[in-house]
Amino acid sequence: MTGPITRRSALGGLAAATLFAPAVLAQAKPRVIVIGGGFGGATCARNLHRLGMAVTLIEENAVYTSCPFSNLVLHGSRDIGAQQFTYEAIAREGVEIVAMRAQGVDGDARRVLLSDGRTLAYDRLVLSPGIDVNFDALPGYDSAAADIMPHAWKAGAQTLLLRRQLEAMPDGGVFVMSVPANPYRCPPGPYERASLIAHYLKTQKPKSKLIMLDAKDVFSKQRLFLDAWKALYSDILEYVPLASGGKTTEIDAKSMTVVTEFGRHKADVANVIPPQRAGAIAQAAGALDRSGWCPIDPVTFESKLRPNIHVIGDAAIAGAMPKSAFAANAQAKACAQAIALLTSGKAPGEPKLINTCYSLVAPDYGISVAGVYQPGKGIFVDVQGAGGVSPIGAAPDVRALEAQYAHDWFKITTAEVFG
Amino acid sequence: MMRSRSRLVMQGFLPACLLWFALASPAFAQGAGLLLNAPAGATACSGCHGASGSALPVLSTLTAAQIEDAMVAFSSGARDATLMNRIAKGFSADEIRAIAQWIAAQSGASK
Repeated sequence: MTGPITRRSALGGLAAATLFAPAVLAQAKPRVIVIGGGFGGATCARNLHRLGMAVTLIEENAVYTSCPFSNLVLHGSRDIGAQQFTYEAIAREGVEIVAMRAQGVDGDARRVLLSDGRTLAYDRLVLSPGIDVNFDALPGYDSAAADIMPHAWKAGAQTLLLRRQLEAMPDGGVFVMSVPANPYRCPPGPYERASLIAHYLKTQKPKSKLIMLDAKDVFSKQRLFLDAWKALYSDILEYVPLASGGKTTEIDAKSMTVVTEFGRHKADVANVIPPQRAGAIAQAAGALDRSGWCPIDPVTFESKLRPNIHVIGDAAIAGAMPKSAFAANAQAKACAQAIALLTSGKAPGEPKLINTCYSLVAPDYGISVAGVYQPGKGIFVDVQGAGGVSPIGAAPDVRALEAQYAHDWFKITTAEVFG
Repeated sequence: MMRSRSRLVMQGFLPACLLWFALASPAFAQGAGLLLNAPAGATACSGCHGASGSALPVLSTLTAAQIEDAMVAFSSGARDATLMNRIAKGFSADEIRAIAQWIAAQSGASK
């Protein structure tokens, strides 16, 4: 109850003041808090500010390390610094940055609890917390095991750890990858990673093997990846789908072993991409359902469980839209627009959203998947007739062009989000 | 939620917001107004199409008619593309026109 009473008195005072003091008007701006400063949250914060909201972005890390293109860091052809961005430009624009962890959300009082005990009030809250690795889901894989067999599915220290292990692996070593069932962040990401690691092994350590254990039989851009692997990495990469016993059931970090339904795979270096769930703050806010992700309204991105709380990016259940940086960026802009309309008493129209994901099969060999989405059945559905993947059997110059576009996308989108 | 929203309206919250929009600087108001009224799909384009210095086309130098013509040609297959054909097919002629006009207006507003 404290929230509404405070608001009422503040607004009462404000209504009187508006006639005389334009400077005070700034306080009348709807107050929006965004939690999480990735592709979704940073974009949303910027757009909300441009739409006239008073915006606070809560992000505990001063430096953001991008997952897209982090597979090139593992490959050894990209410096981690090229993946890193700060919030300085966003702050200069007028978004208040709070470099602290959001610990809790009181949805009734509309307040966010910070790790230092302070609370911040909001009219609308946007959650863009990304993913957390679910250390309860795969027996034997806890945070200590992740120091030995990295997931590298949140970019940064984990990426560098896996790169160091890969560099230290002797020629003739066995690299084992474990890939989870859907849903997880970046559906084609594991296959791009396998491709680029296979490329590294082929060119630097050609006697080595990469065993990819997958809990699925069907995956993103499958035919394109399989064709490329056959042409480029057939002597390095062994792909084991679900039907052939690819599902990981247990991890034994002590013996560097990945256990599957059909056998045990001992690794010199192992990359375990484990099951995931929405970032912890989503649970604290009560926006999580039993799936571990956040159900949302596809027009407003408002949580179906908590009013005035919107969820975007990887944490949201977005139906046909994948958990990708492009999708998070597109959702962030549509969500900011919806919030601005809602706070000015207008009903947002149905959005149309786009996703584009490039993958590098080799440094000069790019493939893509695209989709156009609209609200339907309470989530996002594909617009029929649109979207799809790069052509099968395309010429090398087309693949090279898509590799160039992949780099260009990264440059342009990170400039939009952080620049 | 409905109860709290109607209470806010009664408390003068919405009028105060609208007044704030009206009093903001004209350039800002124009930019904010464009963003607020962006047609479906329009804001997604800037995820790939930005400033110069890349192989991806810059849209801010194009007229609304040029953007519309290109999108229609991508959609029909008259113009080759690596990816835009797959995107353009997701939009009707009316949606394409609205997006093209919005992008052109936005580039005009930022000049």
